[in-house]
This record gives sequence, C-alpha cells and structure tokens, in this order.
Amino acid sequence: MVVGSVAAIGAGLAAIGAGIGIGQIGKGAVEGIARQPEAANEIRSNMIVAAAFVEAVALFAVVVALLGNG
Amino acid sequence: MYLNRVKSLLVVCLSLFALMISAPSLANDTAAAVEHVAKKEGDFNVTETILEHIKDDHSWHLWGHTSIHLPVILKTSQGFEVFSSEKLVDEHHEPVVHKGNFDYKLIEGKTKIVDANGNLDKEASKQLWDFSITKNVASLFVSVFILLVVLLSSAAAYKKTGIKTAPKGLQSFMEPIILFVRDEVAIPNIGAKKSGKYMPFLLTIFFLILTNNFLGLIPFFPGGANVSGNIAFTMTLAVCVFIVVNLSANKSYWEHIFWMPGMHWSMKLFLAPIELIGVFTKPISLMIRLFANITAGHILVLSLICLIFIFKTVFASAIAVPFAVFIGMIELLVAFLQAFIFTMLAAMYIGMATEEHHHEAHEEVAHH
Repeated sequence: MVVGSVAAIGAGLAAIGAGIGIGQIGKGAVEGIARQPEAANEIRSNMIVAAAFVEAVALFAVVVALLGNG
Repeated sequence: MYLNRVKSLLVVCLSLFALMISAPSLANDTAAAVEHVAKKEGDFNVTETILEHIKDDHSWHLWGHTSIHLPVILKTSQGFEVFSSEKLVDEHHEPVVHKGNFDYKLIEGKTKIVDANGNLDKEASKQLWDFSITKNVASLFVSVFILLVVLLSSAAAYKKTGIKTAPKGLQSFMEPIILFVRDEVAIPNIGAKKSGKYMPFLLTIFFLILTNNFLGLIPFFPGGANVSGNIAFTMTLAVCVFIVVNLSANKSYWEHIFWMPGMHWSMKLFLAPIELIGVFTKPISLMIRLFANITAGHILVLSLICLIFIFKTVFASAIAVPFAVFIGMIELLVAFLQAFIFTMLAAMYIGMATEEHHHEAHEEVAHH
C-alpha cells in the first residue's frame, strides 16, 4: 500500500520543473563558454545567479507543499 | 617541502580534532531531541525532530544537558514582567505553569495565559504581548556584535591611514567585499551617480544576511539559531526594501504603474492593477526566497543526520555524514549567494524606481 500526501507529489513536480530549468541554464552556459572561453568567468557567475532564481521558485513550491502537509 | 608536509599534517590533525568535538555535539543535540520525542510517542518522529531544530526557542542549547535559559519578557494589562524561561519547563523539558501576574504556560512553543485548570484562556491571551529574548533574538545580538566589531575596526583603520595606503588586516578582508557590492551590485543596477546614496542600505542588508546565514550554518553555540530561515526576520528586511524603494520612487515610476505610457487606453486600464500588484509581490518574493532557501538547507542537513536514527544503526552515518558535509559545502555557497541575490534584487528595484525615462521614445513607438 502506498502512503503519502498530495503535497509530496507537488514537491516532486516542483523538483522536475527546477531540474529542467537548471539543466537549460547549464546547457546555455556550457555552450556559451565553448564558443567564448575568454568570457567563462562572467558566464559562470551569471549562470549561478540564474540557477539560484530557478531554485528559489522550486523552493516556493516546497514551502507550499510543507504548509499543505502540516 | 618539509614545511608543506608538516602544514598538511597539522591541517589533518586539526580537522580530526574539530570533527571529534563537533560530531558528539551534533549527536548530543539530536540524541537529546530523540530521547525527548521517543519518551512521548515511543517512536522516532522525523518531522517533529527537524521542525524542533529549525524553529525558535526560549533556551539556547550549549552541550549535553546544558543550555542557556533566555529571559521571557511579557507585557500584560498589569505592565511588564520578566522571568527566566527555566520556570516555564520542568527537568524533562515539559511545559509547566508559571505563576506570575497571571498563570503562564507554553502551548505549542508560545507563551499563553492559562486558567486554574491549565487550559488556554483565549480572552486573556489576547492581551499578552511577548517581547522575549528568544534564541533568534539572541543570535541576532551575536551577529550585530560581530558586524560592529568587524566593520567599525576596519572603518577606524580607514580613518587612521586614509584611502591612499594599502589596507591592513581585517580591512583588507572587508575591502574587496564592499567593492564587490559597489561595483557588481549597486552601480550596474542603480547607476554611478545615484548609487552612493543607497550604498549604506545595500551594505547593511548584505552583511546582515551574510552573517546570519553563516551563523545559522554553525551547528553549536554561537550559531545554531535559524535566524535567516525565520520568516519574520526576512519579512522585516523585505519591508525595509519596500519602504526604501517606494520612498525613493520618482514620478515616472508611478506613471509606469498607474498609466503605462505608450499604450492604448484600454491596455492602460488593464495593466494598472497588474503593475500595482507587482509593487507588493516584489518584496514578498524577496521574503519567501531567502526564508525558503535557508530553511530548505537546514531541513536537508537535518534529515540526512536523521537517517542514522531512522535506520537505528551507526553504519548509516557512513552515508549520512559525507552527504551532510557535501550539502554543508553547498549551503556555504547558498549562504553567500542568497545574501548577494537579496542585495542585487533590492538594488534592481531601487534602480527601477529611480530610473529616468525618455518619454519621446515611447510616444514614437506608439504613433508608428
């Protein structure tokens, strides 16, 4: 028997979304660095900031899932 | 060569030593909580243990069974009342009734007024204002103390030697960070001319968030409180940003909110409520972003440590501890990143509010 809550499914879906988002950012950054290795540092710092934004959206969902659980 | 070897040996010894000290304290912390929970339910409850560690508290755990009992400050209809939080719990950390001006008892971690039978008195509790120095407040005092010492001493060094000479000591540690905030955060977002006015505000929120994030990562005494993972703390910061942004906003900012230039009038009517909501959602997203990131990090580390207690074997630590250290490293990055992002978004909102627009360009587009 499966025991759990809808909130857990919600958290999982949020993780999928964030995974796709961060994957896209990483892809873009690596392609950018491959084309212009001299801009690697600038691209990397921008990548981390963008990834943090995507991660934050996933964490919003996690907070909502936690609240729904409690 | 020889010196290098000695150095690396020293590093290994010191890390082992630190590990030996910190590991028992972490284990004690969780073990005490485990005992406490197990007594109540006869079973280990992960959610309860984790939530107990990330929420605010009236006592600050030091080691083993030793903890600091912080003062409880209450304002009731009969004036202020101060007593130690020790009086609210018995030796098993169970809440008991303390008789002051009223009968006080901790109900779900909050001080409430109870009647003679020990039941919650809702009417009387509404009159109760809790100004207690809790763990989070005490931790804020610690971080303010650290900030004052570090920043005032480096400021004094500038006063003494001026800005022309090379920085020394703490000053040379602080200078790159302050320049980073100025050159990477303030100037690109606000502009070189106006950024000077907002630098004190941006530096204050940056260093306050950074210090509290780092203190939250230390598992034992001077740290250990979850200050920046507390939504009241992040809300206060977000309200400060809200006030600064809206007080420094110029005419064209408000025009872009209520009567978007260069649009058809029906579109203007449609956009106004959306833009108005945007004024409030910006600080709200700042508040939730910082809160969620820091809280999620704490929950992650705690749930990895809890794995040991779920499997009830010490061998689970072979997996749990390396993972916890790995997450801890990521949290170090996140601690800095969140302070940076909060400051950068605050700077960006201030920049948007103070920007000078060229209306001719909008009109041109609208006419063609």
